[in-house]
Amino acid sequence: MEALTWTGSFGAYLNPIIYALGVIALLGMALQFIIPIFVTTNRSGLLAMQKGPADYAAMAFLASATGIVAIVVLYMVVAIVGPYGVTGIIGEVGARFTPVWVALIATFAVSMTFKKRLGLYGKLFDSPIGMVGLGLVLFWVFTAVFANLIMTYDPLAQEVVMKNEPPGSPLSGGDGGAYPHYLLGGDALARDVFSRMVAGSQIVITIAPLATLFAFMVGITLGLPAGYFGGAFDTVLTFVANLILAFPVILLFYLLVTPEIVATGLPTYMAMVLFLFPILFLVVLFNSRYFTTPGKRNVLVAGTVLIGGWLYLSLISQFNTPVDFMGLADLFDVPGGILIVFVSVVFVNSPTVFRIVRGLALDIQTRDYVAAATTRGEGPWYIMLWEILPNARGPLIVDFCLRIGYTTILLGTLGFFGLGLPPESPDWGTTINAGRRLLSAFPHPAIVPAVALVTLVLGLNLLADGLREESLKD
Amino acid sequence: MGKFILRRASVMLLTAICLTYIVFFLTNLYPNLEKLAKTQGNFRMTEAEVQSWLEPRGYLEPMPVKYLEWVGVLPGHLTELEDGRVLGRCVRPGVEPEDTPEYCGLLQGKWGFSTVFKEGVGGITFERLGLTGYLMMWVMLVMVPGALIFGVLAGMREGSRTDRTLSTTSIAFTATPEYVSGVIFIALFASSAGFGRIFKGSATSAMESANFENFFLPVITIALYGLGYIARMTRASMAEVMTAQYIRTARLKGVSFKNIVLKHALRNALIAPFTVIMLQFPWLLNGVVIVETLFNYKGFGWLLVQAAGNNDIDLLLACSVVAVVVVLVTQLISDIGYVYLNPRIRVA
Repeated sequence: MEALTWTGSFGAYLNPIIYALGVIALLGMALQFIIPIFVTTNRSGLLAMQKGPADYAAMAFLASATGIVAIVVLYMVVAIVGPYGVTGIIGEVGARFTPVWVALIATFAVSMTFKKRLGLYGKLFDSPIGMVGLGLVLFWVFTAVFANLIMTYDPLAQEVVMKNEPPGSPLSGGDGGAYPHYLLGGDALARDVFSRMVAGSQIVITIAPLATLFAFMVGITLGLPAGYFGGAFDTVLTFVANLILAFPVILLFYLLVTPEIVATGLPTYMAMVLFLFPILFLVVLFNSRYFTTPGKRNVLVAGTVLIGGWLYLSLISQFNTPVDFMGLADLFDVPGGILIVFVSVVFVNSPTVFRIVRGLALDIQTRDYVAAATTRGEGPWYIMLWEILPNARGPLIVDFCLRIGYTTILLGTLGFFGLGLPPESPDWGTTINAGRRLLSAFPHPAIVPAVALVTLVLGLNLLADGLREESLKD
Repeated sequence: MGKFILRRASVMLLTAICLTYIVFFLTNLYPNLEKLAKTQGNFRMTEAEVQSWLEPRGYLEPMPVKYLEWVGVLPGHLTELEDGRVLGRCVRPGVEPEDTPEYCGLLQGKWGFSTVFKEGVGGITFERLGLTGYLMMWVMLVMVPGALIFGVLAGMREGSRTDRTLSTTSIAFTATPEYVSGVIFIALFASSAGFGRIFKGSATSAMESANFENFFLPVITIALYGLGYIARMTRASMAEVMTAQYIRTARLKGVSFKNIVLKHALRNALIAPFTVIMLQFPWLLNGVVIVETLFNYKGFGWLLVQAAGNNDIDLLLACSVVAVVVVLVTQLISDIGYVYLNPRIRVA
């Protein structure tokens, strides 16, 4: 097997075209916003229809960018239908992601068709930025879902000859069944960089949204009463929140995640407190709504307590830690390190969510509908959870998206300092940390997860921006 | 104003005491002390030997007592052994027992002794802080003007093409954490695989003589992440000011657009970014730790990682105190500055 080049056998003709288009795109992008700064045009009426130099620059940018995307898409199509290896690394990597493309196109087609009926989510398809963001996020979500179909190798398997090999290196001496190339090269321990990146998406895509959700549960459960009741409760909680926020994040991680502290069981005790909040939240949520119909209320609350309680006990009872009491009734054990990472990320995020929710509660409780509910004789928890919270959803959804991105960055930071997760873990932070040692000689093992992380976070930020723009429109 | 500052300062002091106590508590948990005893004594110590190493040195006293000794309010722990040797908090190698001070805490300027660097903690910390200060100075010089220009240009015509391009660029910057941009920069500009070795991938030599070649990448790596955030705040603030009545009045009077932006809008638009810039310091601290580790620039962030990674309790405590003080002081300055700059806010 020969080594794959980036653009394969058409490369000789295509590379110059791609470079040229790239230069035009960059120039166009730069000019289209630099020109209006210096050339002030106060065009109005008919004159506004005329095109100025900035508009031509923008058109050049759009055309060349579309050209590059078209070439890449064409490549992937050729790679999917054509023989193996003709289209180089770009084509073959694209072909590996086939299930993701299919799922993405299907999701977009369905959503675009029914966008009128889908509320805020449907409106997202009116904003190009929101669509790009959603596309990037869904790409990684589907990658995590179909990871087993996409990966070319086991993310932990080592092929000694492939150590630090550049992207597209053929696997010499492999048996017939194995994939013939390391598409994005091998890392310092001779593992396939591409497969590790795909496997890493699973860890990131599971932990980041879940941890953010837990942080929101904690923040909402504490922030609503703090804002609504005020008083000493509010003062104390705000002080504690500011206390945690004044900690430099990295110092906090180093204090919480070192093996010595883990041995004392401190993170596990913190998990016991933090994981209680979702159950508490749901119980109060159902109780405040349905306490007038005890039959329904009892079923819902009992169900939450039973299912949530069992999940909670299984989650906090970890084999071989200071908290281990469930024995055979333990449904699952979270693998080493992940629980600790999860807890510290939730702990760092909760105070910010608390402050946001508290601010929103303070603002919204002055509205007329809250006064109406008070006059009707509704209880304080009903007002908080069924009047204030639904009306605070706009800013909360936007912040949720942003916060998932921020949590992803925090997870990467933990991995970058080698904290929490085991060193062979394929998550992006840990892989960047492993790759940075030989960075100036072999950049690819660190660059691949770095680019993956940026695209996910960028997608989430653009999605949040799109959501904010669309929710402000009405 | 004086009362306001006093109240803020007292809350700040309380916060500082709580935070340092938490750090003190976490670093002085028994497993950490056991590890300390084993690295300082020998690794094969039994449980009883660990106890007898820790006990005379005052490590097993109740936590609040130890904390107050560390602060310097209580006299340092002293034990005289049977063979006449004296052990305790304040005992230093090479200092005679009769010269050993009674108190040795922060209030006396005694920061403790680093087990990794075998030196007094105070000296190392302030030396490293100087290096980091130099790095921060350059980061600020790049970041603040860059962010303000970005934000003002984007915010002066909201919704224009310039605005959209610059806003999207700022979003891209905030989505790129330092450990990613640093890695990409090194791969592009400091390895043979990218555009060649234009810059150096290590900033170790910048500690003696910083120049463009060895200092540009670390500075730009920290600056970019903060730049995006401050630029977005500036943009929002500028866009809000540009819709104000007095801007419309100025425009109707026939003031040129350039003069409207520079003379009427800019001053009011810069109030919000000022607080944001001050509140960026805790984040910059984060970035500093990452970048100093990545580029091997042995400043304060690098020191913190060394202290935490090697269980150097005194050094880690000193680093935490410095970090906490930096964060709280910038918060205070930001609060006071906001009140001072914004004539609409009056506090008694």
